Amino acid sequence: MTSSSIPLPLTKQPVAATVSVAAGRAKKRLTSPWASLFAVVLAILWTLPTFGLALSSLRPERAIKTSGWWTFFSNPQVTLDNYRAALSSDGGGLSSYFVNSFVITIPAVIIPVCLASLAAYAFAWIDFKGRNLLFVAVFALQIIPIQVTLIPLLSLYVKAGLAGSFWTIWLSHSTFALPLAIFLLHNFMKEIPRELIEAARMDGAGHVQIFFRVLMPLMTPALAAFGIFQFLWVWNDLLVALTFAGGTPEVAPLTVGIANLSGTRGTAWHLLSAGAFISIVIPLTVFLALQRFFVRGLLAGGLKG
Amino acid sequence: MATVTFDRATRAYTGGERPAVDALDLEVEDGEFLVLVGPSGCGKSTSLRMLAGLEPVDSGTIRIGSRDVSDVDPSNRDIAMVFQTYALYPHMTVAQNMGFALKIAGVAKHEIVTRVAEAAKVLDLTDYLERKPKALSGGQRQRVAMGRAIVRNPQVFCMDEPLSNLDAKLRVATRTQIASLQRRLAVTTLYVTHDQVEAMTMGDRVAVLKDGVLQQVDSPRAMYDRPENVFVAGFIGSPAMNLFEIEVAQDGSTHLGSFTLPLPRDAAEKLTSNRVTIGVRPEDLRLVADGEGIPATVELVEELGSDAFVHASVRGSEGAQLLEVRVDPREPPTKGSEVWLAPDPESVHWFDTASGLRLSG
Repeated sequence: MTSSSIPLPLTKQPVAATVSVAAGRAKKRLTSPWASLFAVVLAILWTLPTFGLALSSLRPERAIKTSGWWTFFSNPQVTLDNYRAALSSDGGGLSSYFVNSFVITIPAVIIPVCLASLAAYAFAWIDFKGRNLLFVAVFALQIIPIQVTLIPLLSLYVKAGLAGSFWTIWLSHSTFALPLAIFLLHNFMKEIPRELIEAARMDGAGHVQIFFRVLMPLMTPALAAFGIFQFLWVWNDLLVALTFAGGTPEVAPLTVGIANLSGTRGTAWHLLSAGAFISIVIPLTVFLALQRFFVRGLLAGGLKG
Repeated sequence: MATVTFDRATRAYTGGERPAVDALDLEVEDGEFLVLVGPSGCGKSTSLRMLAGLEPVDSGTIRIGSRDVSDVDPSNRDIAMVFQTYALYPHMTVAQNMGFALKIAGVAKHEIVTRVAEAAKVLDLTDYLERKPKALSGGQRQRVAMGRAIVRNPQVFCMDEPLSNLDAKLRVATRTQIASLQRRLAVTTLYVTHDQVEAMTMGDRVAVLKDGVLQQVDSPRAMYDRPENVFVAGFIGSPAMNLFEIEVAQDGSTHLGSFTLPLPRDAAEKLTSNRVTIGVRPEDLRLVADGEGIPATVELVEELGSDAFVHASVRGSEGAQLLEVRVDPREPPTKGSEVWLAPDPESVHWFDTASGLRLSG
């Protein structure tokens, strides 16, 4: 006892010392004025195009077509006409697309999150035959590129009589999202200590109660993180929407609408900046509102607790 | 309240060389506090988890009362378990943690509140009921884990090393609290520990396991006085019993250097070979006048205040052997000095070296 406890403080001190020295050095480096300046320059460069876009969207059509957005400062002219035109049905008609985007995105997030968390629970905590094989198979599905599946899926939808409905887009986004969602949520669930599930079993809880009362509350960060990912992906998606809803404007989302603004009307690209901004607003709000979960969710996967 | 019976209960992991728990026969009486103790990997935790239903029973049966629970789901066994890591639900308050099982069972809300309050009072947790586990100290978390078990008023408590995450001082205090709480509630309890001091101080009876095989079940006193085999002799007792192998002479006596120790007649009758293992507890060795016992050199003196223990090396016919001797703490011999030791012949334990079984004493 005594002999083994003596060297401990001797070995501990240098380790602690080097750690704190390294931390101090890193802190110094990160807080130096040059580093701050670099960060600020980077941030400006990064935001500049978006800023230009925002400014353009507020300029009159003529001004956009004759000069760059930076000339705005010498001759400021502000108008909301672009937005009005983009949203109105005789202009861009984005307002109905906007609604479609919501109708598409919300189920396309909820369906995979629900299915994936149930599947992840089964893969993580229910011992059934062929579990590992099935899990590898599900994960391996990610290898298949989306583009390869589009045409076969479309013909399946047509055969099933779903073509031209929201179902095509909901189902497609859900199936594409599931492999990764199951993998991520499974890994997160595995991190939860086994004793917690065992304690719940001893307390008389069945699978359903363990899932809803014990695991779900602990999974919130992971669910939120994946939910945000999926939301952004679906909201910004053009490929899937164009394939399955390109021919039916009544179910097409905002991205398709914006693409059409320039594509079909060639000259109306003054509407593009406004349309892009309308499209950005929602994901930006979602991200800012939930970024707390987002950051925590990313960390929570790697660290315990 | 019920008895617990292990009837040749066996658990064999796939790929294991031998069963983790091998044909365990054990009867826990109604209201008894039985401690399962053994070195790590001896199958004590597995036995407990089999009773709890967290491990399957591969052969044999486990009964609670007269009911065979071998294939019953853990949720239907009416057993409460305290885990080594406590396994508190991090997102629930103390009150919610303690009331979770009742809520699942569909107990009325006001009754949950009363029962949780009662248990909290017993465990001195009343002020912490609205806190989350992360805002509690280790000792408080341990008490919440206990509270979660007692709130349910189950037939059996299973405790899996509930004290091993506490610091030494708190462990001693909590030890007595758990033991007295169990006496008061009189719920049949199976308690797993690797610490033989815990086993001796807490249990009505102690069961020693080694390599999945039950070695001995007895009261702490009987276990200490009459260990059934060499393993139990060496495992129970702190500091451990001095054990040394020795050859039996033609006349039935044994020689420790120049010191002669006669083999008792009943022991001689049971002996299968000419080698015995002699066990002497540190307190059964005395320092005697020069020339009267076994000569030894003091290698180390451990002074604990109330006791002092001398580690002395004896050069016998079969090489040097270290003996631990309890001596008067006020005048311990100095390190490096020569001392003479003699065992109390009445308190010598005799074991057959070949089989490891007790011969007499």
